[in-house]
Amino acid sequence: MTLIETREISKIYRTGSVELNALMNVSASIEAGEFVAVMGPSGSGKSTFMNILGCLDTPSSGQYFLEGNDVGNFDRDERAQIRNKKIGFVFQGFNLLPRTSALENVELPMLYNGLPSRDRRGRAAEALKNVGLSGREDSHPGQLSGGQQQRVAIARALVNNATIILADEPTGNLDTKTSAEVMELFTRLNTESHITIILVTHEQDIAAYSRRIIRFLDGRIISDEQSGRS
Amino acid sequence: MIDIPTTVRISFKALKRNKMRSALTMLGIIIGVGAVIAMIAVGAGAREKIASQISSMGSNLIMVLPGATTAGGVRMGSGTQPTLTLNDAEAIQKECPAVSEVAPILNGVAQVVHGSQNWATGVIGTTPGMLTVREWPLDSGRSFTQQDVRNATKVCLIGKTVVDNLFGDDDPIGKVVRIKKVPFTVIGVLSVKGQSPQGQDQDDAIHVPVTTAQKKLFGTAFPGMVRTIMVKARSTGDLASAEKQIIELLRQRHHIGQKQENDFTVRNLTQAMQTAEQSANVMGLLLGSIASVSLLVGGIGIMNIMLVSVTERTREIGIRMAIGAKTWDIRLQFIIEAMTLSLIGGIAGIIAGISSSKLISMFAGWTTIVSPFSILLAFGFSGLVGIFFGFYPAYKASLLDPIEALRYE
Ligand SMILES: Nc1ncnc2c1ncn2[C@@H]1O[C@H](COP(=O)(O)OP(=O)(O)OP(=O)(O)O)[C@@H](O)[C@H]1O
Ligand SMILES: [Mg+2]
Repeated sequence: MTLIETREISKIYRTGSVELNALMNVSASIEAGEFVAVMGPSGSGKSTFMNILGCLDTPSSGQYFLEGNDVGNFDRDERAQIRNKKIGFVFQGFNLLPRTSALENVELPMLYNGLPSRDRRGRAAEALKNVGLSGREDSHPGQLSGGQQQRVAIARALVNNATIILADEPTGNLDTKTSAEVMELFTRLNTESHITIILVTHEQDIAAYSRRIIRFLDGRIISDEQSGRS
Repeated sequence: MIDIPTTVRISFKALKRNKMRSALTMLGIIIGVGAVIAMIAVGAGAREKIASQISSMGSNLIMVLPGATTAGGVRMGSGTQPTLTLNDAEAIQKECPAVSEVAPILNGVAQVVHGSQNWATGVIGTTPGMLTVREWPLDSGRSFTQQDVRNATKVCLIGKTVVDNLFGDDDPIGKVVRIKKVPFTVIGVLSVKGQSPQGQDQDDAIHVPVTTAQKKLFGTAFPGMVRTIMVKARSTGDLASAEKQIIELLRQRHHIGQKQENDFTVRNLTQAMQTAEQSANVMGLLLGSIASVSLLVGGIGIMNIMLVSVTERTREIGIRMAIGAKTWDIRLQFIIEAMTLSLIGGIAGIIAGISSSKLISMFAGWTTIVSPFSILLAFGFSGLVGIFFGFYPAYKASLLDPIEALRYE
């Protein structure tokens, strides 16, 4: 079954009398288990596209189907629930809660999932172990390196058994070596756990980890091809 | 729905992060709750004091005084015209069905001597009915009788203060005291009554048969004169009819014509005291309401800080939304945070309120009563303040756009 399908979605920003077409009639479909890189110059609409896929944002027109359901029919709280259960975000700036331990950061999605406190701790510790951060449960983001912070964010994205990871420039703030580590982790999650990964990147060697590259220009998809390891 | 204990823990952490700010915000609530509790305690104390004075006066009490007063009490002369007699008192007892007991009173101040001790005290000439009217039991000995009144016997009942000053630790029963040089035998000691509503020590008095007072102590302008007649109605419901019956009877006895004014005054003491009690109630309510204003101001302080907090934590809100916090998850988080502020403030305020009530009692000498009800009320109210003033900031937070919130620097 097609996991993600967009039909002619557009996103128009109005600032005063100026209209800006961030996305124009974008149609794409992504199957479960794919590893997709989204590329394109700055301002081409990549983040806008990702935010819509992640149910953080809604298109101005067009339809978005997630697992066959029209997301356009979902209200604010239903979209929050999808973000909570099905989608994990990984951001360029990590977006961890400051002055909060790694373990508590990873526990957060389960807090909104109604899981009892005891189960949360165990699962969060498990998720941290899975990204190679055993022993750093009590460290705060300020005490972790960028790569470690990004791995905490990945653990948080996966702790509710999300099947999709949306990563907007996840290696943008990382050096080459750490970037490679994070990409190895994504690759492992994709091949071993069959998690669908969609990531935005400006770098060709990061995109090389993926098996499909979608290129944006001025709010449109200009190319969509299998690549890299496939 | 969200995990409340965890949310409470999170809000504690957030509040600890800005200790000074949280403490100052709480201070508003502490002052508010403290003021409400202290003011209610002052009101309740005043009410209680009046209530105890009412019961010390005796219930269902009517006073008959000589001389006329107009309704407003403006006209002078009440108590200046000697118009009441012992016979009036007896007639009231016999002919007014709503009256249960009557005690005529002729009083004055006299020097009382026992051995080498002497003491100036109030001497009250009355009848045995006085003990019933005032609901005033004896501590020891016996009361004088109607027989004593008829024969103008030289016996007396003395109050605790007089005992203390004349006898010290000795047993006064059977001893002789000289009132204005006339020897009286002490036959009974009255139980302790405490202060009258006018602030007089009611135990600083000697009761003697009214006839003895008339003949041996004070002398009277005309035979059988008394200064006051105290009347006890059968019940609270009988007060009004007793009053009416007394007026009718006395007008008839004093030959007062249709158009003439009374030459006596009937005062319903119980009613007067109840009026005083009501005004104490009103005062308590007023004090409480004024104090609640400060609680309200404290609540506005909470709202202010919560709004600042929501703005400061926009990014955190965005993160929480991105990972699946729903509208009410966000709202509850901030409402609980506001409530944590207001409830901790409330608890500290209760302590402040109780201590300041104690201080008021100590330094101003007022009776204060901190009731569990006022504590509960203040605590509940501070919780409501938290919910009420926390709601708007929480509502605002829940309406943030997740993408914009995530971008917020
Ligand atoms: N909230 C907004 N209001 C107005 N315009 C916006 C808003 N968000 C995005 N845009 C505009 O939409 C266009 C697409 O933005 P988007 O963030 O999707 O680009 P991007 O491909 O992610 O760029 P980058 O590589 O720099 O992250 C840009 O021109 C941007 O200015
Ligand atoms: Mg972008």
